[in-house]
Amino acid sequence: MADISFLLLIFFLVTTSMDVNQGLARRLPAPVPPDQKVEDTDINKRNLLVVKINSANQLMVQGQEIDIKQLRTKAKEFISNVDDNPYLPKLYEEDFGAPIGVVRYTKEHVISVQNDVDTQYQAYLNVQNELVAAYNELRDECAHKYFHKGYNELDEDQQKLIQKIYPQKISEAEPKNYGN
Amino acid sequence: MAKIRRNEKREMPALNTSSLPDIIFMLLFFFMSVTSMKEVTYKVQFQNPQATELTKLEKKSLVRYIYVGTPTAEFRKQYGHETRIQLDDAFADKSEIGDYIINERSAMKEQDQGLMTVSIKADKETRMGIIADIKQELRRAYALKISYAATQRTSY
Repeated sequence: MADISFLLLIFFLVTTSMDVNQGLARRLPAPVPPDQKVEDTDINKRNLLVVKINSANQLMVQGQEIDIKQLRTKAKEFISNVDDNPYLPKLYEEDFGAPIGVVRYTKEHVISVQNDVDTQYQAYLNVQNELVAAYNELRDECAHKYFHKGYNELDEDQQKLIQKIYPQKISEAEPKNYGN
Repeated sequence: MAKIRRNEKREMPALNTSSLPDIIFMLLFFFMSVTSMKEVTYKVQFQNPQATELTKLEKKSLVRYIYVGTPTAEFRKQYGHETRIQLDDAFADKSEIGDYIINERSAMKEQDQGLMTVSIKADKETRMGIIADIKQELRRAYALKISYAATQRTSY
């Protein structure tokens, strides 16, 4: 009996692996048809947050070199624009119905991530992670404010509502060679 | 009458192994529950990058994997040290990704096709050039739901 179970145990040890399937979920933009002319979408400068990563994995946000640890606060500031700063995205007022009411939010903001061909994958993922974390934190704060629950505990409709207030808009340009 | 037998040689009783199967089965079930079946044999080696905002990939049958890394020791002679892409059980060129995705998708049930997720398992040292190429190929194949495989980071 013990032999049989030993055999089974060893079989499972050999054929299985420990790794769990976790990851940073993202959505790619739909492809542009080849016959369509690429239009330069005109984005107001105040609605755009440019995050650049160079080949040495250094970070530049709005022309300023910053540390990865500052990126989350910077992104949150940009997305929410609490003080109606004229240099941060334009605020729009919209009525979201019963528990939320009228909310001012930045409908048109875009975060643009630009990386170099030689950027390290880990550095790129760090940036993506911080940006997603910024959105997640804002959504969670919003959920606590209006529903007195965490974002993950809300039902689907409520989550959709909050997603509307904080839509994830991370655009990725094709990598360029910026040099060093 | 009780008698103290001091000089008699005493044998050590044999170890009782009747509960051994139970213990081994317990181990077996533990391993069965914490591990998962290997999808393929890896021909590239990679170390997952770390991140904090992770989501679990829900349905395994809807997930396809793209492995990116340097070839393992046994393939180094043949393929060198350059970063390579592995699809299923073989090395592949980036131009093959589109066909692979389309093939895999058409093999799925029709209602599941839109839910297909592509998990990119790349080494953390990989350069972004190759990742960007893969993303472009995925876009062209309309596999827009992707996931960058990563492990949980506990601290900076």
